[in-house]
Amino acid sequence: MHALSLYLHFVRVRIQSQMEYRFSFLMDTFSHFCVTFLDFTSVALLFARFHTLKHWTLWEVAFLYGMIGISFALAEMIGRGIDVFPRLVVRGEFDNMLIRPLGTFYQVLAYQFQLRRLGRTSQALLVFCIASSHLGIVWTPVKLLFLIAAIIGGICFFMGLFVIGATICFWTVQSIEVLNIFTYGGTEAGQYPMSIYRYWFRHFFTFVVPLAFVNYFPALSLLGKADPNGSPMILSQIGPAIGPAFLSLTLVFWRFGVKHYQSTGH
Amino acid sequence: MQSIIEVEDLSKEFKVYRHRQGFMGSFVNLFSRQHAVVRAVDHINFKIRRGEIVGYIGPNAAGKSTTIKMLTGILVPTSGGLRVNGRVPHEQRKENARRIGVVFGQRTHLWFDLPVEESFELLRHIYRIPMEQYRANLELFNDVLELHNFFQTPVRQLSLGQRMRADIAAALLHDPDVLFLDEPTIGLDVVAKERIRQFIREINQERQVTVLLTTHDLSDVEKLCERVILIDHARILFDGKLTAIRSLIPRERLLIVDYAERYPNVELRHTVIAYHENMRVHYRFSPDNISITDLISEILERFKIMDLSIQEPEIEEIVRLIYERKVLLEGQ
Repeated sequence: MHALSLYLHFVRVRIQSQMEYRFSFLMDTFSHFCVTFLDFTSVALLFARFHTLKHWTLWEVAFLYGMIGISFALAEMIGRGIDVFPRLVVRGEFDNMLIRPLGTFYQVLAYQFQLRRLGRTSQALLVFCIASSHLGIVWTPVKLLFLIAAIIGGICFFMGLFVIGATICFWTVQSIEVLNIFTYGGTEAGQYPMSIYRYWFRHFFTFVVPLAFVNYFPALSLLGKADPNGSPMILSQIGPAIGPAFLSLTLVFWRFGVKHYQSTGH
Repeated sequence: MQSIIEVEDLSKEFKVYRHRQGFMGSFVNLFSRQHAVVRAVDHINFKIRRGEIVGYIGPNAAGKSTTIKMLTGILVPTSGGLRVNGRVPHEQRKENARRIGVVFGQRTHLWFDLPVEESFELLRHIYRIPMEQYRANLELFNDVLELHNFFQTPVRQLSLGQRMRADIAAALLHDPDVLFLDEPTIGLDVVAKERIRQFIREINQERQVTVLLTTHDLSDVEKLCERVILIDHARILFDGKLTAIRSLIPRERLLIVDYAERYPNVELRHTVIAYHENMRVHYRFSPDNISITDLISEILERFKIMDLSIQEPEIEEIVRLIYERKVLLEGQ
Protein backbone atom coordinates (compact mmCIF):
# COMPACT_ATOMS: atom_id res chain seq x y z
CA MET A 1 0.00 0.00 0.00
CA HIS A 2 2.84 2.32 0.92
CA ALA A 3 4.56 1.46 -2.36
CA LEU A 4 1.51 2.41 -4.39
CA SER A 5 0.80 5.68 -2.61
CA LEU A 6 4.47 6.62 -2.82
CA TYR A 7 4.46 5.81 -6.54
CA LEU A 8 1.44 8.05 -7.03
CA HIS A 9 3.22 10.76 -5.09
CA PHE A 10 6.19 10.50 -7.46
CA VAL A 11 3.89 10.56 -10.49
CA ARG A 12 2.05 13.63 -9.20
CA VAL A 13 5.33 15.50 -8.72
CA ARG A 14 6.45 14.50 -12.22
CA ILE A 15 3.20 15.60 -13.83
CA GLN A 16 3.34 18.90 -11.99
CA SER A 17 6.78 19.64 -13.36
CA GLN A 18 5.64 18.70 -16.89
CA MET A 19 2.69 21.04 -16.52
CA GLU A 20 5.01 23.96 -15.85
CA TYR A 21 5.35 24.24 -19.58
CA ARG A 22 1.70 23.78 -20.33
CA PHE A 23 1.71 24.99 -23.91
CA SER A 24 4.62 22.83 -24.94
CA PHE A 25 2.99 19.88 -23.20
CA LEU A 26 -0.30 20.34 -25.05
CA MET A 27 1.42 20.80 -28.40
CA ASP A 28 3.49 17.68 -27.86
CA THR A 29 0.47 15.63 -26.91
CA PHE A 30 -1.53 16.93 -29.85
CA SER A 31 1.26 16.36 -32.37
CA HIS A 32 1.72 12.84 -31.06
CA PHE A 33 -1.96 12.28 -31.67
CA CYS A 34 -1.73 13.60 -35.24
CA VAL A 35 1.49 11.89 -36.26
CA THR A 36 0.31 8.49 -35.15
CA PHE A 37 -2.93 9.07 -37.03
CA LEU A 38 -0.97 9.58 -40.23
CA ASP A 39 0.63 6.27 -39.42
CA PHE A 40 -2.78 4.61 -39.35
CA THR A 41 -3.87 6.35 -42.54
CA SER A 42 -1.18 4.45 -44.40
CA VAL A 43 -2.69 1.19 -43.16
CA ALA A 44 -6.13 2.34 -44.27
CA LEU A 45 -4.83 3.33 -47.72
CA LEU A 46 -3.38 -0.11 -48.14
CA PHE A 47 -6.80 -1.61 -47.62
CA ALA A 48 -8.46 0.90 -49.95
CA ARG A 49 -6.34 -0.73 -52.65
CA PHE A 50 -6.46 -4.40 -51.63
CA HIS A 51 -9.61 -4.69 -49.45
CA THR A 52 -8.45 -7.75 -47.53
CA LEU A 53 -5.15 -9.11 -46.33
CA LYS A 54 -5.14 -12.91 -46.21
CA HIS A 55 -8.70 -13.06 -44.90
CA TRP A 56 -8.28 -10.04 -42.64
CA THR A 57 -10.42 -6.96 -43.17
CA LEU A 58 -9.40 -3.37 -42.53
CA TRP A 59 -11.38 -3.18 -39.28
CA GLU A 60 -9.89 -6.38 -37.96
CA VAL A 61 -6.41 -5.03 -38.62
CA ALA A 62 -7.45 -1.71 -37.07
CA PHE A 63 -8.50 -3.69 -33.99
CA LEU A 64 -5.01 -5.21 -33.75
CA TYR A 65 -3.44 -1.83 -34.43
CA GLY A 66 -5.45 -0.18 -31.66
CA MET A 67 -4.70 -2.89 -29.12
CA ILE A 68 -0.94 -2.85 -29.56
CA GLY A 69 -0.91 0.93 -29.84
CA ILE A 70 -2.62 1.33 -26.48
CA SER A 71 -0.23 -1.12 -24.82
CA PHE A 72 2.88 0.44 -26.31
CA ALA A 73 1.89 4.03 -25.57
CA LEU A 74 0.97 3.18 -21.97
CA ALA A 75 4.21 1.22 -21.55
CA GLU A 76 6.15 4.25 -22.76
CA MET A 77 4.15 6.53 -20.48
CA ILE A 78 4.77 4.43 -17.36
CA GLY A 79 8.12 2.93 -18.27
CA ARG A 80 9.89 6.00 -19.61
CA GLY A 81 12.37 5.80 -16.73
CA ILE A 82 13.56 2.38 -17.91
CA ASP A 83 13.88 3.78 -21.41
CA VAL A 84 16.20 6.59 -20.28
CA PHE A 85 18.12 4.35 -17.90
CA PRO A 86 21.55 4.85 -19.60
CA ARG A 87 21.29 8.50 -18.62
CA LEU A 88 20.71 7.50 -14.98
CA VAL A 89 23.87 5.42 -15.02
CA VAL A 90 26.05 8.03 -16.71
CA ARG A 91 24.93 10.82 -14.38
CA GLY A 92 25.39 8.63 -11.34
CA GLU A 93 21.73 8.97 -10.44
CA PHE A 94 21.42 5.23 -10.12
CA ASP A 95 23.77 5.47 -7.12
CA ASN A 96 21.13 7.62 -5.46
CA MET A 97 18.54 4.93 -6.02
CA LEU A 98 20.74 2.29 -4.43
CA ILE A 99 21.01 4.29 -1.20
CA ARG A 100 17.22 4.40 -0.76
CA PRO A 101 15.23 1.75 1.08
CA LEU A 102 13.21 0.97 -2.06
CA GLY A 103 13.50 -1.51 -4.91
CA THR A 104 15.65 -0.38 -7.81
CA PHE A 105 13.18 -1.26 -10.56
CA TYR A 106 10.44 0.48 -8.67
CA GLN A 107 12.51 3.66 -8.42
CA VAL A 108 13.47 3.60 -12.08
CA LEU A 109 9.75 3.35 -12.90
CA ALA A 110 8.95 6.22 -10.56
CA TYR A 111 11.76 8.32 -12.02
CA GLN A 112 9.68 9.51 -14.96
CA PHE A 113 6.11 9.55 -16.07
CA GLN A 114 5.54 10.70 -19.61
CA LEU A 115 2.06 12.11 -19.64
CA ARG A 116 2.32 13.37 -23.22
CA ARG A 117 2.00 9.76 -24.39
CA LEU A 118 -1.69 10.30 -23.75
CA GLY A 119 -1.67 11.65 -27.31
CA ARG A 120 -0.71 8.31 -28.74
CA THR A 121 -2.83 6.38 -26.26
CA SER A 122 -5.97 8.28 -27.17
CA GLN A 123 -5.27 7.93 -30.88
CA ALA A 124 -4.88 4.17 -30.54
CA LEU A 125 -7.95 4.00 -28.31
CA LEU A 126 -10.00 5.93 -30.87
CA VAL A 127 -8.96 3.60 -33.70
CA PHE A 128 -9.73 0.63 -31.46
CA CYS A 129 -13.21 1.89 -30.56
CA ILE A 130 -14.14 2.66 -34.15
CA ALA A 131 -12.87 -0.74 -35.24
CA SER A 132 -14.74 -2.63 -32.56
CA SER A 133 -18.00 -0.82 -33.35
CA HIS A 134 -17.62 -1.61 -37.08
CA LEU A 135 -16.96 -5.23 -36.22
CA GLY A 136 -20.04 -5.25 -34.01
CA ILE A 137 -18.25 -6.76 -31.01
CA VAL A 138 -20.52 -7.14 -28.03
CA TRP A 139 -18.53 -6.24 -24.91
CA THR A 140 -19.64 -8.61 -22.23
CA PRO A 141 -17.99 -8.10 -18.82
CA VAL A 142 -15.88 -11.19 -19.43
CA LYS A 143 -14.66 -9.90 -22.78
CA LEU A 144 -13.93 -6.49 -21.30
CA LEU A 145 -11.91 -8.02 -18.49
CA PHE A 146 -10.05 -10.16 -21.00
CA LEU A 147 -9.28 -7.05 -23.06
CA ILE A 148 -7.95 -5.18 -20.02
CA ALA A 149 -5.84 -8.20 -19.11
CA ALA A 150 -4.49 -8.33 -22.66
CA ILE A 151 -3.62 -4.62 -22.60
CA ILE A 152 -1.85 -5.04 -19.25
CA GLY A 153 -0.07 -8.06 -20.69
CA GLY A 154 1.07 -5.88 -23.58
CA ILE A 155 2.32 -3.15 -21.24
CA CYS A 156 4.28 -5.77 -19.29
CA PHE A 157 5.71 -7.17 -22.52
CA PHE A 158 7.04 -3.83 -23.74
CA MET A 159 8.35 -2.93 -20.30
CA GLY A 160 10.14 -6.27 -20.30
CA LEU A 161 11.86 -5.26 -23.54
CA PHE A 162 12.84 -1.93 -21.98
CA VAL A 163 14.22 -3.80 -18.97
CA ILE A 164 16.43 -5.97 -21.19
CA GLY A 165 17.78 -2.83 -22.87
CA ALA A 166 18.37 -1.11 -19.54
CA THR A 167 20.06 -4.14 -17.99
CA ILE A 168 22.56 -4.34 -20.84
CA CYS A 169 23.64 -0.82 -19.81
CA PHE A 170 25.16 -2.26 -16.63
CA TRP A 171 27.89 -3.61 -18.87
CA THR A 172 27.96 -1.27 -21.84
CA VAL A 173 26.80 2.00 -20.22
CA GLN A 174 25.46 3.00 -23.64
CA SER A 175 22.00 2.12 -24.82
CA ILE A 176 21.69 -0.60 -27.39
CA GLU A 177 19.84 0.71 -30.41
CA VAL A 178 19.46 -2.82 -31.73
CA LEU A 179 16.70 -3.37 -29.19
CA ASN A 180 14.54 -0.86 -30.98
CA ILE A 181 14.03 -3.60 -33.56
CA PHE A 182 11.93 -5.36 -30.95
CA THR A 183 10.17 -2.36 -29.41
CA TYR A 184 9.39 -0.14 -32.36
CA GLY A 185 9.71 -3.01 -34.81
CA GLY A 186 7.48 -5.09 -32.55
CA THR A 187 4.69 -2.54 -32.52
CA GLU A 188 4.92 -2.21 -36.29
CA ALA A 189 4.86 -5.96 -36.79
CA GLY A 190 2.09 -6.39 -34.23
CA GLN A 191 -0.17 -4.03 -36.12
CA TYR A 192 -0.70 -6.74 -38.70
CA PRO A 193 -1.94 -10.27 -38.09
CA MET A 194 0.83 -12.76 -37.40
CA SER A 195 -0.68 -15.12 -39.96
CA ILE A 196 0.52 -12.95 -42.85
CA TYR A 197 4.15 -13.41 -41.90
CA ARG A 198 6.60 -16.11 -42.83
CA TYR A 199 7.12 -19.14 -40.66
CA TRP A 200 10.43 -18.14 -39.00
CA PHE A 201 9.30 -14.57 -38.36
CA ARG A 202 6.04 -15.75 -36.81
CA HIS A 203 7.79 -18.22 -34.58
CA PHE A 204 10.41 -15.70 -33.53
CA PHE A 205 7.71 -13.25 -32.39
CA THR A 206 5.81 -16.03 -30.68
CA PHE A 207 8.37 -18.09 -28.82
CA VAL A 208 11.51 -15.95 -28.57
CA VAL A 209 10.00 -12.49 -28.22
CA PRO A 210 6.43 -13.33 -27.23
CA LEU A 211 4.76 -10.48 -29.06
CA ALA A 212 2.02 -12.66 -30.56
CA PHE A 213 0.82 -13.61 -27.10
CA VAL A 214 0.11 -10.08 -26.01
CA ASN A 215 -1.65 -8.94 -29.15
CA TYR A 216 -2.44 -11.41 -31.89
CA PHE A 217 -3.69 -14.37 -29.87
CA PRO A 218 -5.87 -12.36 -27.46
CA ALA A 219 -7.30 -10.45 -30.44
CA LEU A 220 -8.23 -13.73 -32.14
CA SER A 221 -10.13 -14.70 -29.03
CA LEU A 222 -11.90 -11.33 -28.81
CA LEU A 223 -12.78 -11.39 -32.50
CA GLY A 224 -13.95 -15.00 -32.25
CA LYS A 225 -11.66 -15.84 -35.14
CA ALA A 226 -9.67 -19.01 -35.61
CA ASP A 227 -5.99 -18.75 -36.40
CA PRO A 228 -5.58 -19.39 -40.14
CA ASN A 229 -2.37 -21.20 -39.22
CA GLY A 230 -4.33 -23.50 -36.96
CA SER A 231 -2.68 -22.75 -33.63
CA PRO A 232 -4.74 -24.07 -30.71
CA MET A 233 -7.27 -21.75 -29.06
CA ILE A 234 -5.54 -22.23 -25.69
CA LEU A 235 -2.76 -19.91 -26.87
CA SER A 236 -5.32 -17.14 -27.14
CA GLN A 237 -6.67 -17.77 -23.68
CA ILE A 238 -3.31 -17.80 -21.90
CA GLY A 239 -2.10 -14.83 -23.95
CA PRO A 240 -2.54 -12.11 -21.32
CA ALA A 241 -0.54 -14.11 -18.75
CA ILE A 242 2.54 -14.24 -20.96
CA GLY A 243 3.31 -10.50 -20.66
CA PRO A 244 3.70 -10.52 -16.87
CA ALA A 245 5.65 -13.78 -17.08
CA PHE A 246 8.01 -12.24 -19.62
CA LEU A 247 8.46 -9.13 -17.47
CA SER A 248 9.27 -11.16 -14.36
CA LEU A 249 11.83 -13.12 -16.35
CA THR A 250 13.51 -9.91 -17.52
CA LEU A 251 13.50 -8.67 -13.90
CA VAL A 252 15.58 -11.68 -12.89
CA PHE A 253 18.09 -10.50 -15.50
CA TRP A 254 17.78 -6.96 -14.09
CA ARG A 255 18.66 -8.10 -10.58
CA PHE A 256 21.64 -9.96 -11.95
CA GLY A 257 22.70 -6.72 -13.66
CA VAL A 258 22.37 -4.63 -10.49
CA LYS A 259 24.87 -6.95 -8.79
CA HIS A 260 27.34 -6.16 -11.57
CA TYR A 261 26.80 -2.43 -11.45
CA GLN A 262 30.17 -0.67 -11.45
CA SER A 263 29.06 2.87 -10.69
CA THR A 264 31.10 5.73 -12.15
CA GLY A 265 34.18 7.46 -10.83
CA HIS A 266 35.67 5.31 -8.13
CA MET B 1 32.08 -0.47 22.92
CA GLN B 2 30.58 -2.42 20.08
CA SER B 3 31.53 -1.74 16.45
CA ILE B 4 28.92 -0.34 14.13
CA ILE B 5 31.05 -0.78 11.00
CA GLU B 6 33.21 -3.83 10.47
CA VAL B 7 35.36 -4.30 7.41
CA GLU B 8 37.33 -7.50 7.06
CA ASP B 9 39.77 -8.33 4.30
CA LEU B 10 37.68 -6.32 1.88
CA SER B 11 38.64 -6.07 -1.79
CA LYS B 12 37.05 -4.64 -4.89
CA GLU B 13 38.27 -5.20 -8.41
CA PHE B 14 37.07 -3.46 -11.53
CA LYS B 15 37.41 -4.61 -15.07
CA VAL B 16 38.60 -1.76 -17.19
CA TYR B 17 38.06 -2.23 -20.88
CA ARG B 18 40.61 -1.03 -23.34
CA HIS B 19 39.08 0.56 -26.35
CA ARG B 20 40.70 0.17 -29.71
CA GLN B 21 40.98 3.31 -31.72
CA GLY B 22 39.44 4.14 -35.05
CA PHE B 23 36.55 2.79 -37.05
CA MET B 24 37.93 -0.73 -37.46
CA GLY B 25 38.93 -0.68 -33.82
CA SER B 26 35.41 0.04 -32.63
CA PHE B 27 34.17 -2.74 -34.86
CA VAL B 28 36.62 -5.18 -33.34
CA ASN B 29 35.60 -3.93 -29.87
CA LEU B 30 32.15 -5.31 -30.49
CA PHE B 31 33.43 -8.85 -30.61
CA SER B 32 36.45 -9.00 -28.42
CA ARG B 33 37.23 -6.66 -25.62
CA GLN B 34 40.56 -6.53 -23.87
CA HIS B 35 40.41 -5.71 -20.24
CA ALA B 36 42.70 -5.05 -17.36
CA VAL B 37 41.76 -5.74 -13.75
CA VAL B 38 42.20 -2.79 -11.44
CA ARG B 39 42.12 -3.39 -7.72
CA ALA B 40 40.50 -0.30 -6.21
CA VAL B 41 40.40 -1.67 -2.66
CA ASP B 42 42.94 -4.27 -1.62
CA HIS B 43 42.34 -6.41 1.49
CA ILE B 44 41.50 -3.64 3.92
CA ASN B 45 40.44 -4.06 7.55
CA PHE B 46 38.98 -1.65 10.05
CA LYS B 47 36.32 -1.32 12.71
CA ILE B 48 34.43 1.78 13.71
CA ARG B 49 32.69 2.17 17.05
CA ARG B 50 29.31 3.78 17.53
CA GLY B 51 29.55 7.55 17.86
CA GLU B 52 33.01 7.96 16.32
CA ILE B 53 33.88 10.49 13.65
CA VAL B 54 36.50 8.92 11.44
CA GLY B 55 38.35 10.70 8.68
CA TYR B 56 38.94 8.38 5.76
CA ILE B 57 41.64 10.14 3.82
CA GLY B 58 43.95 9.51 0.95
CA PRO B 59 45.10 10.85 -2.41
CA ASN B 60 42.90 10.78 -5.50
CA ALA B 61 41.86 7.33 -6.67
CA ALA B 62 43.17 5.72 -3.50
CA GLY B 63 39.95 3.76 -3.02
CA LYS B 64 38.01 6.02 -0.68
CA SER B 65 34.81 6.30 -2.69
CA THR B 66 34.85 2.64 -3.61
CA THR B 67 34.93 1.74 0.09
CA ILE B 68 32.04 4.09 0.81
CA LYS B 69 30.07 2.66 -2.11
CA MET B 70 30.48 -0.84 -0.73
CA LEU B 71 29.45 0.23 2.77
CA THR B 72 26.34 1.91 1.38
CA GLY B 73 25.32 -1.07 -0.76
CA ILE B 74 25.98 0.57 -4.13
CA LEU B 75 28.80 -1.78 -5.08
CA VAL B 76 29.14 -5.48 -4.44
CA PRO B 77 32.61 -6.37 -3.09
CA THR B 78 34.83 -8.79 -4.97
CA SER B 79 35.88 -10.52 -1.75
CA GLY B 80 35.98 -10.06 1.98
CA GLY B 81 33.37 -9.17 4.55
CA LEU B 82 31.68 -6.03 5.71
CA ARG B 83 28.92 -5.20 8.12
CA VAL B 84 27.13 -1.99 8.92
CA ASN B 85 24.90 -2.19 11.97
CA GLY B 86 25.27 -5.95 11.73
CA ARG B 87 23.94 -6.03 8.16
CA VAL B 88 25.74 -6.88 4.93
CA PRO B 89 24.98 -3.78 2.84
CA HIS B 90 24.74 -5.33 -0.63
CA GLU B 91 22.69 -8.27 0.61
CA GLN B 92 20.34 -6.30 2.84
CA ARG B 93 20.54 -3.10 0.84
CA LYS B 94 17.09 -1.74 1.70
CA GLU B 95 17.33 -2.49 5.42
CA ASN B 96 20.78 -0.94 5.50
CA ALA B 97 19.60 2.11 3.56
CA ARG B 98 16.94 2.78 6.15
CA ARG B 99 19.56 3.19 8.87
CA ILE B 100 22.25 5.15 7.04
CA GLY B 101 22.59 8.60 5.50
CA VAL B 102 24.81 9.21 2.48
CA VAL B 103 26.13 12.43 0.96
CA PHE B 104 28.33 12.69 -2.12
CA GLY B 105 30.09 16.00 -2.49
CA GLN B 106 30.35 15.62 -6.24
CA ARG B 107 26.64 15.41 -6.91
CA THR B 108 23.36 15.81 -5.15
CA HIS B 109 21.28 12.90 -3.94
CA LEU B 110 18.16 15.05 -4.17
CA TRP B 111 15.88 15.43 -7.17
CA PHE B 112 17.54 17.85 -9.50
CA ASP B 113 14.52 19.66 -10.85
CA LEU B 114 12.44 19.71 -7.69
CA PRO B 115 12.48 22.44 -5.05
CA VAL B 116 14.31 21.49 -1.85
CA GLU B 117 11.02 21.32 0.02
CA GLU B 118 9.51 18.81 -2.47
CA SER B 119 12.64 16.69 -2.24
CA PHE B 120 12.37 16.63 1.54
CA GLU B 121 8.69 15.75 1.33
CA LEU B 122 9.52 12.84 -0.96
CA LEU B 123 12.13 11.65 1.51
CA ARG B 124 9.60 11.89 4.32
CA HIS B 125 7.38 9.50 2.38
CA ILE B 126 10.20 7.20 1.27
CA TYR B 127 11.57 6.71 4.78
CA ARG B 128 8.12 6.95 6.37
CA ILE B 129 9.29 9.59 8.79
CA PRO B 130 6.59 10.49 11.33
CA MET B 131 5.42 14.09 10.89
CA GLU B 132 6.51 15.10 14.38
CA GLN B 133 10.02 13.80 13.93
CA TYR B 134 10.20 15.38 10.47
CA ARG B 135 9.20 18.80 11.75
CA ALA B 136 11.52 18.65 14.75
CA ASN B 137 14.46 17.64 12.58
CA LEU B 138 13.73 20.30 10.02
CA GLU B 139 13.63 22.96 12.70
CA LEU B 140 16.88 21.82 14.21
CA PHE B 141 18.70 21.61 10.87
CA ASN B 142 17.33 24.98 9.88
CA ASP B 143 18.91 26.60 12.93
CA VAL B 144 22.43 25.70 11.86
CA LEU B 145 22.13 25.35 8.10
CA GLU B 146 19.61 28.13 7.40
CA LEU B 147 17.72 26.15 4.84
CA HIS B 148 14.73 28.49 4.80
CA ASN B 149 16.60 30.92 2.52
CA PHE B 150 16.39 28.48 -0.38
CA PHE B 151 13.72 26.02 0.68
CA GLN B 152 11.51 26.75 -2.34
CA THR B 153 14.36 26.86 -4.86
CA PRO B 154 14.84 23.97 -7.29
CA VAL B 155 17.96 21.98 -6.40
CA ARG B 156 19.52 22.68 -9.80
CA GLN B 157 19.54 26.43 -9.04
CA LEU B 158 21.30 26.17 -5.67
CA SER B 159 24.86 27.32 -5.12
CA LEU B 160 27.31 24.57 -4.23
CA GLY B 161 27.27 25.57 -0.56
CA GLN B 162 23.47 25.66 -0.38
CA ARG B 163 23.24 22.36 -2.17
CA MET B 164 25.61 20.74 0.27
CA ARG B 165 23.63 22.07 3.22
CA ALA B 166 20.42 20.72 1.70
CA ASP B 167 22.07 17.36 0.94
CA ILE B 168 23.40 16.87 4.44
CA ALA B 169 20.13 17.87 6.08
CA ALA B 170 18.27 15.53 3.72
CA ALA B 171 20.57 12.64 4.60
CA LEU B 172 19.74 13.08 8.29
CA LEU B 173 15.97 13.52 8.13
CA HIS B 174 15.32 9.87 8.97
CA ASP B 175 17.68 9.84 11.97
CA PRO B 176 20.27 7.42 10.59
CA ASP B 177 22.80 5.69 12.86
CA VAL B 178 25.64 6.21 10.44
CA LEU B 179 26.39 9.12 8.16
CA PHE B 180 28.69 8.58 5.18
CA LEU B 181 30.13 11.77 3.78
CA ASP B 182 32.12 11.57 0.58
CA GLU B 183 34.04 14.83 0.14
CA PRO B 184 31.40 17.00 1.83
CA THR B 185 33.40 20.22 1.65
CA ILE B 186 34.80 19.92 -1.86
CA GLY B 187 34.71 23.22 -3.72
CA LEU B 188 33.26 25.21 -0.81
CA ASP B 189 34.57 28.48 0.56
CA VAL B 190 35.94 28.80 4.08
CA VAL B 191 32.70 30.05 5.65
CA ALA B 192 30.58 27.35 4.06
CA LYS B 193 33.09 24.68 5.09
CA GLU B 194 33.03 25.89 8.67
CA ARG B 195 29.24 25.82 8.80
CA ILE B 196 29.14 22.24 7.53
CA ARG B 197 31.81 21.14 10.00
CA GLN B 198 29.96 22.70 12.89
CA PHE B 199 26.80 20.90 11.87
CA ILE B 200 28.53 17.54 11.58
CA ARG B 201 30.04 18.04 15.03
CA GLU B 202 26.69 18.89 16.57
CA ILE B 203 24.90 15.96 15.01
CA ASN B 204 27.64 13.63 16.18
CA GLN B 205 27.66 14.92 19.74
CA GLU B 206 23.94 15.32 20.29
CA ARG B 207 22.67 12.26 18.45
CA GLN B 208 25.63 9.91 18.62
CA VAL B 209 25.55 9.59 14.83
CA THR B 210 28.63 7.72 13.65
CA VAL B 211 30.35 9.62 10.87
CA LEU B 212 32.69 8.25 8.23
CA LEU B 213 34.05 11.09 6.20
CA THR B 214 36.28 11.00 3.16
CA THR B 215 38.08 14.17 2.32
CA HIS B 216 40.93 15.82 0.56
CA ASP B 217 40.90 18.70 2.94
CA LEU B 218 43.17 18.18 5.91
CA SER B 219 41.49 20.94 7.87
CA ASP B 220 38.25 18.90 7.78
CA VAL B 221 40.14 16.13 9.51
CA GLU B 222 41.93 18.40 11.95
CA LYS B 223 38.71 20.03 13.02
CA LEU B 224 36.42 17.02 13.13
CA CYS B 225 38.18 13.74 13.60
CA GLU B 226 40.00 12.13 16.47
CA ARG B 227 40.80 9.16 14.36
CA VAL B 228 41.99 8.89 10.80
CA ILE B 229 42.32 6.02 8.39
CA LEU B 230 44.74 6.78 5.61
CA ILE B 231 44.43 4.82 2.40
CA ASP B 232 46.83 4.87 -0.49
CA HIS B 233 46.95 2.67 -3.57
CA ALA B 234 43.96 0.68 -2.31
CA ARG B 235 45.67 -0.29 0.96
CA ILE B 236 45.46 1.11 4.45
CA LEU B 237 48.62 2.92 5.32
CA PHE B 238 47.71 4.22 8.72
CA ASP B 239 44.85 3.78 11.15
CA GLY B 240 44.96 5.57 14.45
CA LYS B 241 44.66 8.76 16.42
CA LEU B 242 44.99 12.02 14.56
CA THR B 243 47.56 13.14 17.12
CA ALA B 244 49.88 10.36 15.97
CA ILE B 245 50.19 11.84 12.51
CA ARG B 246 49.52 15.44 13.37
CA SER B 247 53.23 16.13 13.44
CA LEU B 248 53.32 15.00 9.86
CA ILE B 249 50.80 17.54 8.72
CA PRO B 250 52.91 20.40 7.48
CA ARG B 251 52.17 23.59 9.33
CA GLU B 252 53.36 25.71 6.47
CA ARG B 253 50.96 27.29 4.06
CA LEU B 254 51.66 28.90 0.75
CA LEU B 255 50.26 32.34 -0.04
CA ILE B 256 50.21 33.29 -3.71
CA VAL B 257 49.77 36.97 -4.54
CA ASP B 258 49.41 38.60 -7.94
CA TYR B 259 50.28 42.27 -7.53
CA ALA B 260 48.70 44.94 -9.68
CA GLU B 261 51.94 46.87 -9.92
CA ARG B 262 55.63 46.20 -9.74
CA TYR B 263 56.88 46.97 -6.22
CA PRO B 264 60.54 47.26 -5.30
CA ASN B 265 60.08 45.59 -1.95
CA VAL B 266 57.42 42.94 -1.44
CA GLU B 267 58.82 41.36 1.69
CA LEU B 268 56.39 40.67 4.52
CA ARG B 269 56.90 39.92 8.21
CA HIS B 270 56.97 36.22 9.27
CA THR B 271 57.08 35.00 5.71
CA VAL B 272 59.66 33.64 3.36
CA ILE B 273 59.52 34.39 -0.33
CA ALA B 274 59.61 31.04 -2.09
CA TYR B 275 59.17 32.25 -5.62
CA HIS B 276 59.11 35.62 -7.32
CA GLU B 277 58.47 36.28 -10.98
CA ASN B 278 57.18 39.50 -12.46
CA MET B 279 54.28 40.47 -10.28
CA ARG B 280 53.53 37.04 -8.82
CA VAL B 281 55.03 36.19 -5.44
CA HIS B 282 54.76 32.95 -3.43
CA TYR B 283 55.14 33.38 0.32
CA ARG B 284 55.68 30.54 2.75
CA PHE B 285 54.32 31.17 6.21
CA SER B 286 53.17 29.30 9.27
CA PRO B 287 49.81 30.15 10.86
CA ASP B 288 51.51 29.67 14.24
CA ASN B 289 53.55 32.84 13.68
CA ILE B 290 51.09 35.07 11.92
CA SER B 291 47.37 34.76 11.32
CA ILE B 292 46.05 34.68 7.78
CA THR B 293 43.83 37.71 8.37
CA ASP B 294 46.74 39.80 9.68
CA LEU B 295 48.81 38.81 6.72
CA ILE B 296 46.13 39.69 4.20
CA SER B 297 45.27 43.00 5.81
CA GLU B 298 48.94 43.98 5.78
CA ILE B 299 49.15 43.21 2.07
CA LEU B 300 46.01 45.16 1.32
CA GLU B 301 47.28 48.13 3.27
CA ARG B 302 50.58 48.31 1.47
CA PHE B 303 49.88 47.12 -2.05
CA LYS B 304 47.35 46.94 -4.83
CA ILE B 305 46.68 43.36 -5.76
CA MET B 306 45.00 41.50 -8.61
CA ASP B 307 44.49 38.15 -6.95
CA LEU B 308 45.39 36.20 -3.85
CA SER B 309 45.10 32.56 -2.84
CA ILE B 310 46.26 30.24 -0.09
CA GLN B 311 47.39 26.67 -0.64
CA GLU B 312 46.74 24.20 2.12
CA PRO B 313 49.08 21.28 2.62
CA GLU B 314 48.01 18.25 0.65
CA ILE B 315 47.38 14.69 1.69
CA GLU B 316 49.88 13.53 -0.89
CA GLU B 317 52.51 15.30 1.18
CA ILE B 318 51.62 13.33 4.30
CA VAL B 319 51.57 10.10 2.38
CA ARG B 320 55.04 10.86 1.12
CA LEU B 321 56.25 11.63 4.63
CA ILE B 322 54.77 8.45 6.03
CA TYR B 323 56.61 6.40 3.48
CA GLU B 324 59.75 8.36 4.20
CA ARG B 325 59.71 8.12 7.95
CA LYS B 326 58.33 4.62 7.93
CA VAL B 327 55.74 5.32 10.57
CA LEU B 328 53.73 2.67 8.81
CA LEU B 329 50.87 1.44 10.97
CA GLU B 330 52.55 2.87 14.03
CA GLY B 331 49.29 4.14 15.46
CA GLN B 332 47.73 0.71 15.79
